[in-house]
Amino acid sequence: MDGLDRFLNTFFNGAIFARYLPDMLAGVWVTIWLAAAVIALGLTLGLLLACLRSYGNRVVNLCIIVFADLGRALPPLVLILIMYFGLPGLGVRLSGPLVLILVLGFVLAAFAEEIFWAGLTSVARGQWEAGRATGLGFTQTLIHVALPQAIRLAIPPLVNRVLAISKMTALGSVIGVSEILAVASTAQSFTGSAAPLTMGAIAYVIVFLPLVILTRILEHRYAWKV
Amino acid sequence: MTRPMLELVGLNKRFGDLTVLHDIHLRVGQGELVFVIGPSGSGKSTMLRCCNRLEEPTSGSVLIDGADITACSPRALNKMRLNLGMVFQGFHLYPHMDAVGNVMLAQVKALGRSKDEARARALEMLDRVGLRHKSDAMPSALSGGQQQRVAIARALALDPKVMLFDEPTSALDPELVGSVLAVMKDLRTSGMTMLVVSHEMGFAREAADRVIFMDGGVIVEEGQPEAIFTNPQAERTRAFLSRVRG
Amino acid sequence: MEDFIRLFLNVEVMLRTWPLLKQGLWMTAQLCAVVIGLGLVGGLFLSFLAMAKSRWLRWPAFVVIDVLRAVPPLVLLIFIYSGLPFAGLDISPFAAVAVAFFLNNSAYYAEIYRAGIQSIPAGQTEAARATGLTSAQAMAYVVLPQAVRNVLPDLLSNTVEVVKLTSLASVVSLAELLYSANMARSLTYNSSPLVMAALIYLAFLWPLVRLVSRYQRKLAV
Repeated sequence: MDGLDRFLNTFFNGAIFARYLPDMLAGVWVTIWLAAAVIALGLTLGLLLACLRSYGNRVVNLCIIVFADLGRALPPLVLILIMYFGLPGLGVRLSGPLVLILVLGFVLAAFAEEIFWAGLTSVARGQWEAGRATGLGFTQTLIHVALPQAIRLAIPPLVNRVLAISKMTALGSVIGVSEILAVASTAQSFTGSAAPLTMGAIAYVIVFLPLVILTRILEHRYAWKV
Repeated sequence: MTRPMLELVGLNKRFGDLTVLHDIHLRVGQGELVFVIGPSGSGKSTMLRCCNRLEEPTSGSVLIDGADITACSPRALNKMRLNLGMVFQGFHLYPHMDAVGNVMLAQVKALGRSKDEARARALEMLDRVGLRHKSDAMPSALSGGQQQRVAIARALALDPKVMLFDEPTSALDPELVGSVLAVMKDLRTSGMTMLVVSHEMGFAREAADRVIFMDGGVIVEEGQPEAIFTNPQAERTRAFLSRVRG
Repeated sequence: MEDFIRLFLNVEVMLRTWPLLKQGLWMTAQLCAVVIGLGLVGGLFLSFLAMAKSRWLRWPAFVVIDVLRAVPPLVLLIFIYSGLPFAGLDISPFAAVAVAFFLNNSAYYAEIYRAGIQSIPAGQTEAARATGLTSAQAMAYVVLPQAVRNVLPDLLSNTVEVVKLTSLASVVSLAELLYSANMARSLTYNSSPLVMAALIYLAFLWPLVRLVSRYQRKLAV
């Protein structure tokens, strides 16, 4: 019993939980708005690029493909370190949160572009023909006919990717952004206890479990349709 | 013949080395129903799709009420296409919109009608194809025959000068074919100019002014339905007709 | 422009720090081998649990998978690396990274396997059972080969994610590629080693990303 007590005291220390609760709530708030900014930037840019790609300009498409490939092939932490530690050498000093939002936003845009594009190419050719045959222009057919269907198809994989990249806001702790993990690490070194880490993990579960459950719901919703 | 509404002049279509259409000349007069038959791969669907440039003709021109659709800018093309209603074998209703939304979209976006005006017109057209009570239904909740009638309403709502039908009943279960043909007959009676690619020979006999037999990318023979069906001149027509009659 | 080349694309600095990065690359390779290998096996095991007939196996498996998907891998890593010593378990950085990412990736691989296995019609199992195969044999010889082929792009895509993930090991001072590059940056006051690390990641991962795009099936309608 002694061992279990010590374990509980180390990882689930109520006094420490109580003391760091306000800090942790502030960290949760930072994580949430960082994630929201990343999602807004990433999805908007990704959707725009996918639409642009459908016009079929060779040079433009090559640029989009290279961008999407780089965003998917490079580890985000590498980009974060280059921007945060490298750019000041050129006199460009970006804040930690800004670097995080830009890098993760671009990475999400790269994935989102590929997913939206896969959605667009999955829309049946007859849908385009029906739109064009009734006198709609290319852009009108894209916006009113193809895109609504493509976005619907894209939602399940997109939610998975949004979840994965939102979680990467934890990388902010490396460049001094005081989100959940940073708060937990700081508290851990002050208290010499593992309890803040437990608290951080619990905070992440509370923030992100709803998204995980959303992926399950979408999976079932779409499974029934088939 | 009455004023030609649709005129194909020296139309050619090649895919690489393959010639799909060779020097097609065809005039469809106002209010006329021209029926196109022929074996699969004869180029009849391609001919239809060349009329509104869903397929780009390699050479030749297509005139709609005297205006050349093959010689216009992309912007003008969208306007020209409003004159040609097209009905597809696969319906191609927009799955994310209900029936009335399907009929409204191009009215608002391509024709510039107000939403109220478009809705009123859409309901009128759905009524005409006998589906006013299904105006709120999503395409997935409609039978094939109902979907095709909504697709016809979608085309009619734009007040086209000519209606093109690309095998409109081929994808339907036999018991649903009649409802679509009834709508087409009604259109015919109201004086719509129609070019129909189909295998419904009974309908052709009953409603067509002229029947065209195509094979190998050329028009082999054309004439009155009775003449073509009872006394075909060309050997290829005879062979085809005896095959489809079994 | 000159400053940019001097600070980011400095060949002289790259050549000088290459031995350090080469060691890091070797460490990254070892990490990848361990994490991918364990993850592929652990994921399969977890996916079987998640599809078990008994709900006493199924529900806990889903809870484990979902919690692992909700917690950022870096948090899991820090928890294991900094937390376990408090419980009297001293753990090397390599072991901490391997365990953390093995857990994280098992959850992702498990979901992919499950999607693949469930995409195979029940008739396949029935046909196999009707010819006298046991259910394990039916799974191993009939269902699994088709399932894996169906989800190959997703498995590949997740494997790319694992390789990228190993860069997080730098946070716990494991001298893999990114850690070495960042070390080289602070020694030379020059970002070129980081750019070189990025290029090395690209050299390995770009072809894989292309392959994923090429084989990514159209989205299910």
